[in-house]
Amino acid sequence: MNNARKRLVFDVVVWSASLMFVFGLVTSEAMADSKRSFATNEKWKAECGSCHIAYQPNLLPASAWRRIMAGLDKHFGTDASLDAASSAEIGAFLERNAGSGKRAASVPASLRITDTRWFVRKHDEVPRAAWKNPQVKTAANCSACHSGAERGDFDEDAVRIPR
Amino acid sequence: MQRFKPMAGFLLSAALVLPGSQAAAATPADIQQTFESAARAASPGFGGFSAGRGQAFFSATHGNDWSCTSCHTAAPAKPGKHVKTGKDIAPMAPAANPQRFTDAAKVEKWFKRNCKDVLGRVCTAQEKGDVLAYLMSLAK
Repeated sequence: MNNARKRLVFDVVVWSASLMFVFGLVTSEAMADSKRSFATNEKWKAECGSCHIAYQPNLLPASAWRRIMAGLDKHFGTDASLDAASSAEIGAFLERNAGSGKRAASVPASLRITDTRWFVRKHDEVPRAAWKNPQVKTAANCSACHSGAERGDFDEDAVRIPR
Repeated sequence: MQRFKPMAGFLLSAALVLPGSQAAAATPADIQQTFESAARAASPGFGGFSAGRGQAFFSATHGNDWSCTSCHTAAPAKPGKHVKTGKDIAPMAPAANPQRFTDAAKVEKWFKRNCKDVLGRVCTAQEKGDVLAYLMSLAK
């Protein structure tokens, strides 16, 4: 092999290696993105997470969060009222990171995440008995089956339905 | 320019003082003291707080479906569970959970919410003091 030939082979190898590296980085980032939402806010986590997991902002569109934040004193049967400053900060965080696209397509009158069309469709293969399991208790209890729910990780492969 | 200086001074001192006062840790006894002052102001015949009355109040329903024990159980030195969501609730008795009743704003926030749920109104200082007397009487 002459020198020019060697040089060409070397160039091709180095180039393809770098391309594969960059491509790998990009796809792993994209996959991580689809698995979890990184949006977080300390106040949101503390306040919304005291009675249930702090539901990720992207699970509802901005218009739904606005209505939920406006009715915290009658929050699905309990009083969850907040001081004005916390309410403003959390409301802004929720709206800034709210869901769009498919998840925002329809907002149920109940304002429940579990009544949205995408939620119902995503869970249509869950057996009826699983919802009644006392370890699950309510469809709003994401962590019962999605162990990474609090981190925003709803990866389908990690789902474990309790028996 | 001159006339803005007092305002700037005020804002500066508020910025320095406010975060400090919010972070100031209280003790359950401090919180009980504020309930006592409020109860005295509301009724001149105030006769002190009672752990027994607090326990009865804590266990009873008050016209709605829930009592305090629905989530905090009849043994509030032990963990409870949210009756609706199933989420774990740390013990309420300070002996079992030293973080309880150390943040006045948090205490007010939860009494307001939970009294609305259980009684359909805010609680009086007498009621809050009785409940705190009960919780402080519990051993770990």
